[in-house]
Amino acid sequence: MSNDNYTTADLFATASVDPGKWVELYADYLYTYAYTRINDEELAKDLVQETFLAALEKVHLFKGNSSERTWLTAILKNKVIDIYRKKSSAFAKKTEVAEAEQQQDDFFDHEDGHWNVAHRPKEFGVEQEDLITSKEFNNILQKCMKKLPTLWLSVFTMKHMDDEATDVICKELKVTSANFWVIIHRAKLNLRECLQKNWI
Amino acid sequence: MDEITKIAYNCRKATLLIERKQILGLSAREKLELKIHLAGCNVCKIFERQSILINRMVHGLFHSSQANELKLDEKYKKQLQERIEKELNKH
Repeated sequence: MSNDNYTTADLFATASVDPGKWVELYADYLYTYAYTRINDEELAKDLVQETFLAALEKVHLFKGNSSERTWLTAILKNKVIDIYRKKSSAFAKKTEVAEAEQQQDDFFDHEDGHWNVAHRPKEFGVEQEDLITSKEFNNILQKCMKKLPTLWLSVFTMKHMDDEATDVICKELKVTSANFWVIIHRAKLNLRECLQKNWI
Repeated sequence: MDEITKIAYNCRKATLLIERKQILGLSAREKLELKIHLAGCNVCKIFERQSILINRMVHGLFHSSQANELKLDEKYKKQLQERIEKELNKH
């Protein structure tokens, strides 16, 4: 950092923000946050930059009620949700959902709702204590997640990674509460089937 | 078939209840329905265990990757830094 910036940074010292140090302190953290949620390096990089720039615009609003990192993460999180929203509302994605629904069409008997024999859950036999096994299992899990339709993955990720409130997810992604449960259920059915196919 | 009997034999419904149970919780009646179903359905018992496992793994996926943080390349960081300093100097 050049000396010139210390004077500028001093302006923010009272609110305990120091934009001059953001890159050094938070860039990797924010990049990891974005990447794990959207699985796209370039997009994740862009979002980190956008987050810093948006934060600079709003720096006077920072009250110091949360830590700088928490505040920046909140800004980034909204940008990630924007991405989810854009991706899942795209017109072309309708076929993606139709295909995924098709895939589970014969999971259950249409008449009585029983599991059809070919799709019945079988034990994974995953030992939680075994780190290597769970690492391999994780890899498959990530690949299976990528196969979910974008809308399903968005809902699923917001719920399970971030433990977001259901009504927030419904509002942000414009799904009804009834549809939310359908999506959570369907996403899990496909994810589980994919794990069973690729693991056992 | 009365309602309870229907539920007791419907795996599609039972798996939905299993998902709801983990996020929202179930009403007393739904709890009873699921309990009756699971008492007689080993396959859905496996489903429930796997569903819980998957949720835990997904959660862990995020936390463990956060623990071994990814790194942005230095060149990009330098550009970011310059960009921020440029913005700061405008003020």
